Amino acid sequence: MRRPQLERSALLEARDITRLYGPEKGCEGIDFRLHAGEVLGIVGESGSGKSTLLRVLSGLEAPDAGRVVYHPPVDRGVDEVAENGELDLYAIGEARRRALLRMEWGLVHQNPRDGLRLEVSAGANVGERLMALGERHYGQLRAAGQDWMSRVELDPQRIDDAPRTFSGGMQQRLQIARTLVTRPRLVFMDEPTGGLDVSVQARLLDMLRTLVRQLGLSVVLVTHDLAVARLLAHRLMVMRRGRVVEAGLTDQILDDPQHAYTQLLVSSVLTP
Amino acid sequence: MNGYNFAYLDEQTKRMIRRGLLKAVAIPGYQVPFGGREMPMPYGWGTGGMQLTASILGESDVLKVIDQGADDTTNAVSIRAFFERVAGVETTTETGKADIIQTRHRIPEVSLRHDQILVFQVPIPEPLRFIEPSEEETRLMHSLEEYGVMHVKLYEDIARHGHIATTYAYPVKVDGRYVTDPSPIPKFDNPKLHMSEALMLFGAGREKRLYAIPPYTRVESLDFDDHPFEVQQWDEPCALCGARDSFLDEVIIDDAGGRLFVCSDTDYCQSRREEVA
Amino acid sequence: MNAMTTPFLSVEALDKTFVLHGQGGTRLEVMRDLSLSLSPGECLVLAGRSGIGKSTLLKMLHGSYRITGGSLCLHFADGELELAELPAHAWHTLRRDVIGYVSQFLRVVPRVCAVEVVMEPLLTRGADTVEARQLAEALLARLNLPERLWSLPPGTFSGGEQQRVNIARGFIGEHPLLLLDEPTASLDAANRDVVVAMIQEAKSRGTAMLGIFHDEEVRERVADRLLPLDRHMPGRTTAPTVEETPQ
Repeated sequence: MRRPQLERSALLEARDITRLYGPEKGCEGIDFRLHAGEVLGIVGESGSGKSTLLRVLSGLEAPDAGRVVYHPPVDRGVDEVAENGELDLYAIGEARRRALLRMEWGLVHQNPRDGLRLEVSAGANVGERLMALGERHYGQLRAAGQDWMSRVELDPQRIDDAPRTFSGGMQQRLQIARTLVTRPRLVFMDEPTGGLDVSVQARLLDMLRTLVRQLGLSVVLVTHDLAVARLLAHRLMVMRRGRVVEAGLTDQILDDPQHAYTQLLVSSVLTP
Repeated sequence: MNGYNFAYLDEQTKRMIRRGLLKAVAIPGYQVPFGGREMPMPYGWGTGGMQLTASILGESDVLKVIDQGADDTTNAVSIRAFFERVAGVETTTETGKADIIQTRHRIPEVSLRHDQILVFQVPIPEPLRFIEPSEEETRLMHSLEEYGVMHVKLYEDIARHGHIATTYAYPVKVDGRYVTDPSPIPKFDNPKLHMSEALMLFGAGREKRLYAIPPYTRVESLDFDDHPFEVQQWDEPCALCGARDSFLDEVIIDDAGGRLFVCSDTDYCQSRREEVA
Repeated sequence: MNAMTTPFLSVEALDKTFVLHGQGGTRLEVMRDLSLSLSPGECLVLAGRSGIGKSTLLKMLHGSYRITGGSLCLHFADGELELAELPAHAWHTLRRDVIGYVSQFLRVVPRVCAVEVVMEPLLTRGADTVEARQLAEALLARLNLPERLWSLPPGTFSGGEQQRVNIARGFIGEHPLLLLDEPTASLDAANRDVVVAMIQEAKSRGTAMLGIFHDEEVRERVADRLLPLDRHMPGRTTAPTVEETPQ
């Protein structure tokens, strides 16, 4: 057998990122690479800095130091890319950065209400990104809406219903459909199953796993729940007080934790 | 002139507004902030339109003022009287004779000429306000051409009513770039915005924004490929002049539900009747 | 048997020590100075008293456990690959294409049905869903898993049923290196025979296999060599040097 090609292109790079609000509040010295098709889980307890890191990575908050570098896939035709194929997230203007997050990337909020337009129908929610990209055929928008609702296991007949009338789990799935409809290559997720019932969580996680594989998504997933991390993430970074204390393959981190804090975290998880 | 400067506003203010107007003309459909002044009437009564009119009015200009197409409603009469008093300019009800026409919520039926200017009174200049309350956010949306939400609204209409239900203040795309609220004119008037010979200026007094559609500018009403933009139509002609091509108002004539449809543009209706007579 | 073939896997002086911070930093040395080589088509069976942690070696080869010292090397036609310091993202491809693993217990994912569990290694390679499903079903049928169970999640299956799903999943990818951790522990005689046959077929395909078999009868049928590990798995004791015992 020939040596396999192990190198994967990096999609997103964090280069020594620091964003602090106070001593050990925020994140410090974060350095990693996310590769195409990878799900990177950032785990930690509250106050670990993982949400701050997610905001910095997704372009919502500028770091005090360090750079976030994006390598757009060639076929997307993203402009403002340097010669070496790199796009420095905070060197481009805020307008451009917003556009990137809206159209190229996706952000799934912990609370689906933050990521949905509650006052318009499910179909309009799913179709908005397509309309923003110039889709002008009502019939096709509707068809795309129904297609995506099926993919996230929502009844397509409810396409005209307002998200207000959906349960929390359904709203979360609708948010995911709304985010993925333009097939972003890179998706940020902040505790996507937080606040959902356990059986609902299981359904959502399974759906996410399948979508990640089918769409070749790269994901940065922030969670405090190690079970979610094990299920969804290929790699983990464990954060504590703003720093990454350990990083590696998910099963290796959870089965053979090296750092004292990781060991504590893993041993604290209740198993029924 | 009882101590008022010509057309009420001082010259510095007029200059400031004209500078804003030049900017607006240079960027069709883009909302330019301006330093709105206290006018002798409350917001919501046309202060924006009046400040624009005051800034461009010249001594020899002839002014027409209409409100929902009519020259003889209270507001039109008041504003016309105001300018007669503080500017001493000639005023008219005949569209063809006017140099400047200030209007609330209608465009005259007669095509305007390149030497005429139409000044619109605008309540809410921001077409995105219905869905986004933050000014900061809407400005970003305009700069990024993030107009997906406008079609969301139209989509919602079709989903709920089977057709686009917006009938006035129908959003348009100006010169292929900015989405603009044409003020609460009926969608019937939208086609008149496109490639107009006359300059069209829009003033919002409370929001302190002005914008412009220069002559011969492309103006497209937003729609879907499979639900194209349509104007209102009536089954009957105007009961007074017989016109079939003008915007008709519905007038209740008795308490048995009897109604008449008459031209909203009073001058248009009158001149048609005079022709026949 | 295949002693003259170039090895596919060579392990040199492998050490593994766990540091238990929760117990005041106690160091648990579970492996010391282990070396071995494995050739394609060979099945090397790990022997040793139960509980000393034979699974540890398999987990290190699969990347689930870190390596404290020593080297793990794969020999490809066009070069070598040292696994000890491999970055995390490299393991995705390695596990997908090179190293297969039948763990001792099936890790149950809620809602995913048995046939999809088995299909997954192929789907991650981008295989056609229909073909993958056919192969998965064929394997499950061969392992005598009742068809009515195929579309059910294995969470409610018996130990033996779960084990068969696990085996099918491990074998379907036809990886060049296959790690087997007690694959026949919960199986009856008939299914043990099936697994033995699958192992023989894998061997003739050139698969290099490293396995732990608690059942002596199975061990004798599949092992080309035996590697006694007691001396390399000290627990808290030290161990002498390497010795390999041909069968």
